Amino acid sequence: MRILTGNDLKTGLVIWWTGRDWSIHVEDAVDVGDQADTILAVEDAACRVNGGYALDAEREPGGGVRPAHIKDRVRAYGPTVRPDLTLKPADPEAGNWVI
Amino acid sequence: MYRYDKYDQAMVDTRVEEFRDQARRRIEGKLTDDQFKPLRLKNGLYLQLHAYMLRVAIPYGTLDSRQMRMLAEIARKYDRGYGHFTTRQNIQYNWIKLEEAADILADLASVEMHAIQTSGESIRNVSADQYAGAAADEIMDPRPWGEMMRQMTNFMPEFSYLPRKFKIAVIASDTDRAALRWHDGAVKIVKNAAGEIGFEVYAGGGMGRTPVISYKIRDFLPTDQLFSYFQAILRVWNRHARRDNIHKQRMKILVLELGEEEFRRQVEEEFEHFLTLAEDFPQAEYDRIAAYFAPPPFETGLSEEIDRSDPDFALWVDRQTVAHKAPGYAIVNISLKPVGGIPGDISAEQMDLVADLAERYSFDELRATHAQNLVLPHVRKADLYTVWQALDEAGLGAANLDLATDIIACPGLDYCSLANARSIPVAEKLSERLAPREAELGELKIKISGCINACGHHHAGHIGILGVDKKGSENYQLLLGGSGAEDASQAKITGPGFDEAGVIDAIEKATDVYLRERADGERFLDTYRRIGMEPFKEAIYA
Amino acid sequence: MLEVLRLRDDEPVDEPAVTLDAFLDQSNAASVRIEAGDDVRRLLPVIDRVRLVEIDFPKLRDGRGFSSARILREAGYTGEIKATGDVLVDLIFFMRRCGFDSFEPNKPFDPEDAQNALDRWPHVYQDAADGRVPIWKLRHGNQG
Repeated sequence: MRILTGNDLKTGLVIWWTGRDWSIHVEDAVDVGDQADTILAVEDAACRVNGGYALDAEREPGGGVRPAHIKDRVRAYGPTVRPDLTLKPADPEAGNWVI
Repeated sequence: MYRYDKYDQAMVDTRVEEFRDQARRRIEGKLTDDQFKPLRLKNGLYLQLHAYMLRVAIPYGTLDSRQMRMLAEIARKYDRGYGHFTTRQNIQYNWIKLEEAADILADLASVEMHAIQTSGESIRNVSADQYAGAAADEIMDPRPWGEMMRQMTNFMPEFSYLPRKFKIAVIASDTDRAALRWHDGAVKIVKNAAGEIGFEVYAGGGMGRTPVISYKIRDFLPTDQLFSYFQAILRVWNRHARRDNIHKQRMKILVLELGEEEFRRQVEEEFEHFLTLAEDFPQAEYDRIAAYFAPPPFETGLSEEIDRSDPDFALWVDRQTVAHKAPGYAIVNISLKPVGGIPGDISAEQMDLVADLAERYSFDELRATHAQNLVLPHVRKADLYTVWQALDEAGLGAANLDLATDIIACPGLDYCSLANARSIPVAEKLSERLAPREAELGELKIKISGCINACGHHHAGHIGILGVDKKGSENYQLLLGGSGAEDASQAKITGPGFDEAGVIDAIEKATDVYLRERADGERFLDTYRRIGMEPFKEAIYA
Repeated sequence: MLEVLRLRDDEPVDEPAVTLDAFLDQSNAASVRIEAGDDVRRLLPVIDRVRLVEIDFPKLRDGRGFSSARILREAGYTGEIKATGDVLVDLIFFMRRCGFDSFEPNKPFDPEDAQNALDRWPHVYQDAADGRVPIWKLRHGNQG
C-alpha cells in the first residue's frame, strides 16, 4: 500500500493520513493509491501537514501498518533507545517491530 | 564570563520577535515550508524524525549556573525532560513544538542565550578549548576572541546566505582540544618572535562526505585584522563556490578545486581590499570583552592534598581531573557517557545538579566539550570528594575520559531524518563490550556517525564507525586511525561493512591486535600508525 | 501587495537592463543586469555610466548577490541597485545593508511585512555598505 505521512505544522508530531484527517498512529493510515500528490497539495496548502510525502507500507495480519523503510518505522514508533518516550512505552516488543 | 550589555540584549530580543513573526506567518500559511525553512534554520530549528529539534548555542562552550538551570527548565517545560550535548558544544532538544519555539527563544534571551545561526547555511557557533582560562598550557584565554568572533559573525549582512555551513573555532595552545583542523575557518592564538600576539589562520577543513583537514593559510595575522581577514575568506568563498550541488558547496571543496596557493592568493587580495574599508573591531573593544574573562579570584595557600582512600574516588580523580594552572585547583571533567548509556544526553535533574556544583564549587562556570561531556573548570582540590560524591549519586560519576567507553555518537536514526542507521544502540553495546578492558586499552577515542554528514566525527576517530543503508538494512563501516587533536589525521576504512553485532565484534578484534602489538606507552592510535592497517584488517576479516 | 519596493527619491531609470556582456559592449546603456554567477567587478572600469544595476537571486538561498551589491558600493557606486528574483521579504534588511535600494521580487511583498523587516533591527554588529554605525563604535563613543 501507499500511505502518506508528514509532521504536524504546529507541534511537529509525526502524522499519518487516515483518509479524512491526520492521526499520530500509523495503524490508522490508509492506502491512497495514486492520489498522494493531490491529497498532499490540499493538505499542505491548508497547513494541516508539513513536509508530507508518500511511502510504501504493508498491512500486517493483526491490522497494523508497517512502513517499508526503517526510518519511517522509527518515526511511527519513537526513538528505539528511549522506549519510555515512544507511542508504546509499555510494550517490550515494540522496539523490535522497528528493526 | 561575558555579560551582555544593552546592545547584545537588544539583538537577541529583536531576533526573538523576528522569529515569532516568522513562525506566526508560517502557521497562518503566509510562508511556505520552502520559504520558512532557511529562516527557521537560522534559529536552530530543524524538522526531525519525531518533532522539531532546537539547537541552542553555547558560544565557545561556556555557560554559568543560571544558564544551565534555564536549559533544565526548557527541558522540563517544553520538551521531555532531557537535552543532548553535541559535537559543537551546543545543546539540542528533540521534542519541540513550532508554536512554542519563540517562547523558548525568549526564555533563552532572558539568560543571555540564543539559537542564532546554529544550523542552516550560516556561520555556526564558535568552538573553543573547554579548558580555556584554566589550562596551564595556553598562551592566553582564547574566549575573548571567541566572543569577538560571535559578534563579528552574527547577522553578517553579506554572509548570511552562504553556499553551505561554515564552522569556526579558536584555541590558544599547542594541544588542540577543539578539533581546530576540522573546521572551515579557525584561528590559533600564537606569539611571534617579537612577543606579539597574533593568529595562525587555518582554512578549508570539514567532515562530511569529503573529509578535509584544514591548511594553514596564514602564519601570523595581527589580532586587529581578524574581521577583515574573515570577511576576505568568506567573500572569496561566497562568490566562487558552486551553488548547484549541495554536496560540493562547502568551502573545503573550493579550496581543493582552486588549490591552496590560489585560494590563499585570492583571499589575500580580497583582504587588502577589506583593510581599506577600516571595518576591524578596535583594541578597545577587545579590552572591553577581555575584562569579563579575567581570572576568577583564586584562593592561595590551598592544600594540594587529596585523600585517596576511597578507590572509586581515586580512580575518578586520576581519570577525570586535569592539572589546573592555579595551585590547589583542578579541572574536573564530567562524563555524560555512563557505560551502556546514551552519549551526551543529560536529564533536567542532572542539569540542575551540575548547575549547583558549578555555582558552589567552580566560580559559577561550566563548559561543554566537543566530545559531548561537561567541565567544571575551577574546582579546589579540597572540594573534589564532595563534587565526586554528588556526581556519582546523579549518575554522572563515570571515570572514562578519553577511554573506550567515552564514545562520541551522533543522535543517528533514532532521532535524525538525515541518518541511514542508528548510532546510539551501537554506542551502548560497544560501551558494555569494551568496559571490562577499558583500563587496559588506555586512550581510545571512538566516534560514531549515523550517516555521511559525520556529525559524530567518525573521520577523526581513533576508531570510527559510519552507519550506512545497505539495501534497506542498517550497516556499519569501520574506520581506523583518525584524530581530531593537533596530530589531525583522517581515519581509513578497513574494508567491507558489518551489521551491528559484526561491527562490535570487529572492534573487539581490533583492540586485541592493539594489545598484542603495542610497544611501551603507545596508544591504540600510535600502534595503528606504526604497524598500519594490514594487521588489523587481517584480524577483523579472518 | 508591493510588486516593487523602492527606497530612493530620484526618478527610476526608464531603461530595460541588459546583460553584463551586452553592457560592456554598448557605450550608451545605463542599466545592467547581474546574474548570480556574474563577476560584478567587470563593471567597475565603466561604473560611471551605470545608473541601475539589477542583481538577480535565482533562489532565495543563493547569497551571491549580497556580495555583488556590497562590492559596487565599496567602489563608490551611488546609483540604484535592485534585487530581483526569489527575494523573500525577510531578507531585505540584510540586502539594504549590502547596498540594495530597490526590490522587485517574483512574489510581491506584503507591505506590512516589508516595513517590519526594514525597521526591526535597532542595532547592527558590523559595518556594511549602508553606513549604519556598528555596536562596537557606539560602545566606544563614536556616534557615527
